[in-house]
Amino acid sequence: MTHAVKIAVLVFVAGVLQATVFGSAGVFGATPDLLLVTLLAIALRRGAVAGALAGFLGGLLLDVATLESLGVTSLLLTLVGYWIGRFGETTARDRAYAPVISVVAATVFVAVGGYMLHYMLGADVLAARALGTALLAALGLNLVVGAPVFALGRLLLRSDERGGRAGEVQLLG
Amino acid sequence: MPRNRTAKVAVLGSSVRRAAASKASSRSSSPLRRRLVVALLVVAALALITVSFREGTSGPLHGAQSAGAKALHPFEIAAERVARPFRDAWSWADGLFGARSEADRLRSQVEQLRQQVIQNESALQENVRLRALLEYLDGPTFPRDYSGVSAALIARPPSAFEQQIVVAAGTANGVRLNAPVVTAEGLVGQVTRVTEDAAQVTLLTDETSAVSALDLRTDAAGIVRHGAGTGDMLVLDRVAKDEVVNVGDEVITAGWRSGGLASLYPKGIPIGKVTSVGQTDTDLYKQVQIAPYADFGSLDSVLVLVSRRPPLKLP
Repeated sequence: MTHAVKIAVLVFVAGVLQATVFGSAGVFGATPDLLLVTLLAIALRRGAVAGALAGFLGGLLLDVATLESLGVTSLLLTLVGYWIGRFGETTARDRAYAPVISVVAATVFVAVGGYMLHYMLGADVLAARALGTALLAALGLNLVVGAPVFALGRLLLRSDERGGRAGEVQLLG
Repeated sequence: MPRNRTAKVAVLGSSVRRAAASKASSRSSSPLRRRLVVALLVVAALALITVSFREGTSGPLHGAQSAGAKALHPFEIAAERVARPFRDAWSWADGLFGARSEADRLRSQVEQLRQQVIQNESALQENVRLRALLEYLDGPTFPRDYSGVSAALIARPPSAFEQQIVVAAGTANGVRLNAPVVTAEGLVGQVTRVTEDAAQVTLLTDETSAVSALDLRTDAAGIVRHGAGTGDMLVLDRVAKDEVVNVGDEVITAGWRSGGLASLYPKGIPIGKVTSVGQTDTDLYKQVQIAPYADFGSLDSVLVLVSRRPPLKLP
C-alpha cells in the first residue's frame, strides 16, 4: 500500500472517530483531538506537503461530518500540517522530543487560531472557555492520545529513510 | 536559495552535493512546489469559508455537504455502535462511586414526590374542570401536543468553539428546523440545520442560544442563556429585582406569545434548578445561576419534538 493510501485511510478513520467517539470523551471541558494528533504523526513522518494535504482533507471531513461551516477546520489543520511538516523536515528531524513539542505547539496553535478565526467570523466564543482550563486539559489529553498514534504512524509510515539518506550525498571530486 | 547546493567536506577534501528532491518522499519536495501546494490549500479553505457563509442553506455547497454527511452516516453509526459498550462501561463504573449516597437521596425524593403526585392529581382535575367552565384556549404545551422523534447522536463538536451536535434523524423522520430537542432530564437545545437524515442541534450552552423561561414556583420570568465562563452552567438573565427566585426552584420554558412572535419552545419543558441567586446595586437584574438537568457532556440520544398541532396563526 502506498503512503498516500495509508495517509488517506488514517485521516478518514481519525476524522470519523473524532466526530463520533473522541468528541464526547471530555475532561475539564476539553476533548482529545485524535485527528490533530494523527495529522502531526503524518506531517512529522512525511513532511510539509503531505501534512498540509492531510490537514485540509481531515478538516473538510470533520466539517462535513459535524455539519459545521466548511473550510474553518481545513484552514487551521492545513497550516498546522504544513508547519509541523516543516519542523519535521528541518530542526526536528529524527529527534525524540519532536512529537511532544509538536503536540504542545499544535494544540496551542489550534486553540488560539480557532478562537481568532471564530471571533473574526462573528461567532460568540468565550476566551475563558476556549483558552482557559480547557486548553490545559486538551494538552494533557492530546499528549496521552499521541503516544499510541505516533507509534502507529512510525509503523505504518515507515519511510525509505535509509535509502533516501544514502542518496542525499554525492561525492563530486 | 537553491536546494542543490555544494559544500566542502574537510575530511574527504571533496565537495558534496545534496541530491535533488527524492521522488518517494515529500520531505524533500522543492520549496516552490511546497509553497504552491500550501498556498492553493489555504486559498481553497478561504474560498470554502466565504462561500459557506455567504450562500443560503439551500446553496450548492451546503447541498454537497449534506450529500457528504449522508455518505459518512453509515461509518458514524458503525463507530458509535463500536464505542457504545465502552462508553456504557465507563458510565457504569463512574456511577458506582456515588451509588450509595445517590440511592439514599432518591429514596427521600420518592417520598416527597409521592405526596406531591397526590396533590398534583387533585389540582389537575380542578384545572380541567375550570378550563371547561371558562372555555379557555391555550397554545401548544409540552408534552401533550408534541410527539418525539428519538435520535442517536452521530457527531459531536470538533472543538470547544462549537456547541452543536449532530443527530441521526432528519426531514425524512419529520424533524423540522427550529424544533426543540430534549432528553428525559430536560431541554437540550434546538434544531438549527436539517438534512434528509441528519440534523444539527445547537445546545443551550452555545453563546447564541437563549430561551424564555419561568421560575415554576414564583412565575418570575427571564431568559436562560449560557453564563460567561461557567462551564455547562446556565444563567437566568433579565429577572427584575422585585421578582422572587429562590435556590432550588425549578426553571421551565415559558412558551410566550407576543404580537406576531412566538417562542420556539413550548411551555413547560424543564430546564434546570436554581443554584444561586444574587443581586448588586449596580446591576439592573438579579444574577441567577441554573444547573441544567440535561448532562450536555454525556448525551448519547435525544428526543426531537414535533408539534401535533398546526402552528398558531397570530394576528
